[in-house]
Amino acid sequence: MSGGGDSSDGEEAGRGGKARAGLGGPDSEAQGVTEAPLAGRPRSEAQGVTEAPPTGRPRSEAQGVTEAPPTGRRSTPFAHPDTPPTPPPRHQPSRPRLPAGLPHALLRWVVLALAVAAWELAARVHGSVYFPPPGRIARHMYDLWFSGPVRHLFLTEAAVADILPSLGRMAAGFALAAVAGIALGVAVGRSRRAYALCNPVLQFARAVPPPALVPVFVVVFDFGTPMQIASIVFSAVWPVLINTAEGARNTDPLRLDVAAVLRLGPVERLRFLILPSALPRIFAGLRLSLSLSLILMVFSELLPGTANGIGFTLTDAQTRSDLLTVWAALVLLGALGHLLNTALLAVEKRLVGKGRATA
Amino acid sequence: MRRRQELMLGALGVLLAFGVCEAVSRAGIVRRSYLPPASEVLRRAVELAGDRTFLEGVGATLHAWALGLGLAVALAVPLGLLLGSVPVVDAAVRAIVEFLRPLPSVALIPLVSLLLGSGTETKVALVTYASVWPILFNTVYGLGETDPLAKDTLRAFGFGRLAVLLRVELPGTAPFIAAGIRISAAVALILAVATEILSGFGEGLGIFIAQSGLATNGTRDVLAGVVWAGALGLVINGVLVWGERRLFPWTSGERGVGVGT
Repeated sequence: MSGGGDSSDGEEAGRGGKARAGLGGPDSEAQGVTEAPLAGRPRSEAQGVTEAPPTGRPRSEAQGVTEAPPTGRRSTPFAHPDTPPTPPPRHQPSRPRLPAGLPHALLRWVVLALAVAAWELAARVHGSVYFPPPGRIARHMYDLWFSGPVRHLFLTEAAVADILPSLGRMAAGFALAAVAGIALGVAVGRSRRAYALCNPVLQFARAVPPPALVPVFVVVFDFGTPMQIASIVFSAVWPVLINTAEGARNTDPLRLDVAAVLRLGPVERLRFLILPSALPRIFAGLRLSLSLSLILMVFSELLPGTANGIGFTLTDAQTRSDLLTVWAALVLLGALGHLLNTALLAVEKRLVGKGRATA
Repeated sequence: MRRRQELMLGALGVLLAFGVCEAVSRAGIVRRSYLPPASEVLRRAVELAGDRTFLEGVGATLHAWALGLGLAVALAVPLGLLLGSVPVVDAAVRAIVEFLRPLPSVALIPLVSLLLGSGTETKVALVTYASVWPILFNTVYGLGETDPLAKDTLRAFGFGRLAVLLRVELPGTAPFIAAGIRISAAVALILAVATEILSGFGEGLGIFIAQSGLATNGTRDVLAGVVWAGALGLVINGVLVWGERRLFPWTSGERGVGVGT
């Protein structure tokens, strides 16, 4: 695990397997796995911060409740003298202001609805061309993409012509990057030497801002789907590769010894040992790659010379100053990003849970 | 121990990659205009270091990058502290945030270009938007991780909420904020270069890359620009990691894998 969260063991955890070999009992692995979502990920990568709210929120919520009454602040520690230092205590709220999750969820939606309503109102009153009211955007989205016949799942011609190619390219690019990244990552991570050999090159490849390479692919593949898929794959492969390598590298050495004693073959070792223990890291990489795929999908379609796709719809609308379509495409992309991320999280939940059981 | 060995292997790996690129191109496996020999690309990259207009372009990119990142820090840290310490605000705003965040920020380039034209302002606005999220989320998350005992102790001694925030929560959150800034720095570079590539005129590293891409046999220049972009990314990341280690030695060992929206 890169990034042991606690201050005390952060060093060992970060330095990887060697220190751990000394420390690690058989359960250090399992610990590492469970630690990952709590401490390792949110700090170590961008999308990992998605993890933050679930762990962070309830806690701050609990604190907030005790903080809320301004006079009760001082008495709080005395009211709960036996609160353990870690994990942070979930104080019983002295005044049950927000007892269950429901009011919060409700508040969330109410505020969202209010914000949308405020935007609607402001846009209607102000009549700005640049910020059309959300109602009109939604209407426009419906007309543009979702008012088709039933047998096309309500999709219009425009949706079929623009959304589906984008999704197809993104899926192809992401799938290729995931497969290649996991395979290469396991290969690199299995050997300490291979890891040391490849690390600097990988670090450089990752440091290059992905859009900078798209012009190279334009030269090599010309405009079109191969160029777009290539640029998605080339950008999205690094996070998976690096994370997988890191995960595979930190397989508990003790467990590897056990596997050797049990005479597990390489395939079995991969199946039962290395992959399960690397799985949390793999998914951290996959999540990064997914958002990168979306970015590169849009970016490669924004370039002049493309013929279809959501990004093309965007630039096309931009040149025609059709702000409504620009906004519609943005909302669509946001929804798409949200959906894809949620889907990946669901898959992760299933697989990582399962992996832990078999590990 | 093996640190030197690892470094040697790493250097060997770099040489190998370099050699393979060179050989593939020289042997004519790939068309030379597609993949120029690595040595030529590197020579061009070094040559560019002496090119005034190119350096000014890099300067313009870095300017937008720094400005955008600075603005993002100025916005995201206070906002994160607010969200992290006042749960009602957090709950209220979260839905909006969750709808804004998954939007790939490069998709905003057309809209912002329509609104602000295609100059530094557009770049800075986009860079800021994209780099706000990692810092914001890390700040909120870090606040949740601060030691409750220290907070309670301070409160017990009668310190006010602001004092607790400044004396315990902010220092406790600082490593998280720093990590967020490091992630955002990479994101900001992506956005700065992407915006430049799409806007196509003006000055900047991305514009150099875009214009070289249009020229015949410009791949060498494009790749030289990419080498520069990668080097910038590495240097920025290296400096920030180093700074984090110096400032917060107790959190060391963690390394970012971060690029994002």
